[in-house]
Amino acid sequence: MIKTALVAASSLVLATTALPALAQTELTMWYHGAGNEVESAIISQIIDDFNASQSDWTVSIESFPQESYNDSVVAAALAGNLPDIVDVDGPVMPNWAWAGYLQPLPIDQSKFDNFLPGTKGIWDGQLYSIGLWDAAVALYARQSTLDELGLRTPTLDSPWTGEEFMAALDAAKASGNYEYALDLGMAWTGEWYPYAFSPFLQSFGGDIVDRSTYKTAEGVLNGDAAIAFGEWWQNLFTGGYVPGTSQDPADRETGFIEGDYAFSWNGNWSGVATIEAGVDDLVFLPAPDFGSGNVIGAASWQFAVSTASEHPDGAAAFIEFATQDAYLTAFSDALGLAPSTASAAAATKNYSSGGPMEVFFGLSNDQGLVRPVTPGYVVAAKVFEKALADIANGADVADTLDAAVDEINADIEKNSGYGH
Amino acid sequence: MALVAPENTGVRLGVRYAVLLLVAVVFVFPLVFMVISSLKPDHQLLSDTSSLRAFLPVGDISLNNYVAAFERAPIGRFVMNSVLVTVVTVTCSVILCSIAAFSFVYMNWRGRDLLLSVVLATLIIPFETIAIPLLLLVSRLPWMGLEGVTIGWLNTYRVQIIPWIVDALTVFLFVQYFKDLPKELIEAARAEGASWWQIYRRVVMPLSGPVLATAAILKSLKMYNEQYLWPLIVVQDEAHRPIMVGLGYFFQLDVAWGELMAYLSVISVPILAFYLILQRAFIASIASTGVKG
Repeated sequence: MIKTALVAASSLVLATTALPALAQTELTMWYHGAGNEVESAIISQIIDDFNASQSDWTVSIESFPQESYNDSVVAAALAGNLPDIVDVDGPVMPNWAWAGYLQPLPIDQSKFDNFLPGTKGIWDGQLYSIGLWDAAVALYARQSTLDELGLRTPTLDSPWTGEEFMAALDAAKASGNYEYALDLGMAWTGEWYPYAFSPFLQSFGGDIVDRSTYKTAEGVLNGDAAIAFGEWWQNLFTGGYVPGTSQDPADRETGFIEGDYAFSWNGNWSGVATIEAGVDDLVFLPAPDFGSGNVIGAASWQFAVSTASEHPDGAAAFIEFATQDAYLTAFSDALGLAPSTASAAAATKNYSSGGPMEVFFGLSNDQGLVRPVTPGYVVAAKVFEKALADIANGADVADTLDAAVDEINADIEKNSGYGH
Repeated sequence: MALVAPENTGVRLGVRYAVLLLVAVVFVFPLVFMVISSLKPDHQLLSDTSSLRAFLPVGDISLNNYVAAFERAPIGRFVMNSVLVTVVTVTCSVILCSIAAFSFVYMNWRGRDLLLSVVLATLIIPFETIAIPLLLLVSRLPWMGLEGVTIGWLNTYRVQIIPWIVDALTVFLFVQYFKDLPKELIEAARAEGASWWQIYRRVVMPLSGPVLATAAILKSLKMYNEQYLWPLIVVQDEAHRPIMVGLGYFFQLDVAWGELMAYLSVISVPILAFYLILQRAFIASIASTGVKG
């Protein structure tokens, strides 16, 4: 009798202690970081912390290789198999929102007022996604190179003008010390082209599409400013300033470090590695101003809630939890990317005051310009990439840009203006 | 009577072997590069690419890339998945396609020739054009398993196997081979009262070793080496991913070249072993079909 009572009591205790776990609703999450051990470790830690912090939700993660992640998400959307939470590349977000894969984040936008502009995914006036970091691009140089060539060190307040930039490349070329004056990273294809190079076009006064209507590229991608950009771009290659589209990826990774290139147009994700490779007088210079301001690309990977989620409140709870400064700092320290807030930056080893990458936070904040916020961007980006590669390889500038405009406009028309 | 001087024979042999050696080197070099590179750290691997050092095990040589590759991705799981999918698909394929071909060649039924034409016409349809409709289909198909009836085949082995079992090329190979078998054998078996199934199993298949090897080899190469797009869109969980999707694990912001080469070396082992075991049949299959896998 006593034995039976003990068993019954034990069962009751077990049942009552297990109840909170059983009550947790499972949320699924897809992430693009498969194979990235550092990133995976942090995201797993965030999930573990979140699951332990409350009794309503439990998040489980499935990671995908980054290069095939978007295709997997689109296929899953077609098959009706999306998870609750997805991460999405900033410039792709409007397309996924327009296509009905994402729902607006049920989080008050004011909670992210202190976030870098590029980390907020806003489409049609609503916040759809939020990022834990932002990527930024700068002109890598050695201080010793600037000194040897007698060049002024440009700053955020006083960047190089287009003429100064070309004079710097001429000086590097004339010195005979470098295989090429500038490395643009032509070995990197895909999104690198619009991300890294469209800011040059924007600084000339052009753009990939007309942002006032998002219904055409006419006049902005083939107008006078764009043609001036195209001719400048082509001159970089014909003038022997930069390696061409056949650049070896190995040269991209080691050329600047080994002193083959005087300058390198590169992202903040490579900054720490470049310093650790022995470039101890590395300086990150802001983008030159070709007349219409100096800008760099903004927006990286961000969290969003899918339309398939039956628990958007739970998904939002996780996203809000993940955007704590502690996690922004952890990601920044691990990946070398800029954290989304100034307060998190102050706690990082690279972006804090006096840190080796401090300047990048200012670059993101002051120069960052998101790529065209339109569902049509995913097509326009590919057209832009091809046009720039063709021009680099000698194609006629005006004809190539006209053809690119026609292709982008045809896509916009085919998709009934993408909802603009 | 023409006589060949011994010294001329020696020269001709020398030239022949020199040419063969050159061709062998051209084909073997990528494999040598892959294995040698897998032993080097990234910075050395990249700097060596511009010289012959790329093909030599010199410098900082170690197995570190293999250790790191196994830590980065569940390689054993990916290889096992690909081997499982390949073996099951190929086994089912040679059985079902040979049965279909047997029916097309030996049995008389209404619409036979038309259906064979339709089957062969699918050879010209690229898989990419039917990938999305097929995805929509398999995501809604029912399945009866241990857990009862479930809807949708996504994230399973069967979704990687069943759509690939029957294909026009394999049916075509069997049809062509069966057409060349002596008709008298079939007629004699029929005269002695053998059923179609008995003729297929006891007469035709025992004579079909060469075409079985050809079909199995070509199908295996396709299933093991080329399965990328389909598993990419129908398999979202890591547990069912095949080797080709696993390649993406090594393409980060900075590509892990050494680990990538280690991964390629590891996943090449099953297919190289398969080739070495069936080397003679493989060469015969290429020679007889003119098809390169």
